[in-house]
Amino acid sequence: MVIGLGHYLTVAAVLFTLGVFGIFINRKNVIVILMSIELILLSVNINLVAFSTHLNDIVGQVFALLILTVAAAEAAIGLAILVVFFRNRGSIAVEDVNMMRG
Amino acid sequence: MSMTVTAAFFYLFATVTIASGFMVIASRNPVQSVLFLILAFVNAAGLFLMMGAEFLAMILVIVYVGAVAVLFLFVVMMLDVDFAALRQGFLQYLPFGALIGVILLIELIFVVSAYVVDPGLIRAPAVPIPAADVMTNTEALGHVLYTRYFYFFQAAGLILLVAMIGAIVLTLRERVGVRRQDISMQNARTQETAVQVRKVPFRQGI
Repeated sequence: MVIGLGHYLTVAAVLFTLGVFGIFINRKNVIVILMSIELILLSVNINLVAFSTHLNDIVGQVFALLILTVAAAEAAIGLAILVVFFRNRGSIAVEDVNMMRG
Repeated sequence: MSMTVTAAFFYLFATVTIASGFMVIASRNPVQSVLFLILAFVNAAGLFLMMGAEFLAMILVIVYVGAVAVLFLFVVMMLDVDFAALRQGFLQYLPFGALIGVILLIELIFVVSAYVVDPGLIRAPAVPIPAADVMTNTEALGHVLYTRYFYFFQAAGLILLVAMIGAIVLTLRERVGVRRQDISMQNARTQETAVQVRKVPFRQGI
């Protein structure tokens, strides 16, 4: 049984769907939404590395490295905003985020 | 490694990754969510290893499990949040979320099962991966990242710097009523500002 590109792409697709699904069902919990975004970015990385291996091209791994960097920065900023918001409002529920009347 | 062992490891890593990804979004306790996120990252690192991206696999373990996931754990445990209240409406959003998820999954599976890779792409990669006995994966990545994609590398560093400064600026707070040691003020004290000479009247005191 040969494990090819299709297998890895399927894993990435399922992981991406789980991430999007997680954003929908955890509408109130910002921390779990951030974790779902991490799952989505991980699935994108699996895609890039799978194509890099399949096409014998290392540039895909460079892209994956850059996405990893941006994802780490995003998590740090997101959690910092969350901490500040909790300090000011005493809650992290998404529906309490209405100061701008959006 | 024989084909069967490869397949067995692929299915092990893939199953655990997907199952723990599901537990991230479905578990009741956010601490458990973070721990399952760590499990998902470690198994995705296993998948990366199987694809030959050794450097990325190690970076995933070090940066994601070691830094990002621990940061999540820190925030979840530090904030005193009533997580049970945040789960209200979980079932209310479930049908809509499931609908969107199923549609997305079906579309993605159509794409995965129907794609065709242009054979010209395989023949002409931008930077081919060197054979394992010529150069390790880390070396090969460095040869590309520090030459061809040097500006992207610098931009990534800049993003990390901005993120670091942003996180510090956001979370730093000036507390009032805290006595801190101020060395420049201590050094600026002279005899005139520190010592007061008063004439005390006899038998009266101040």
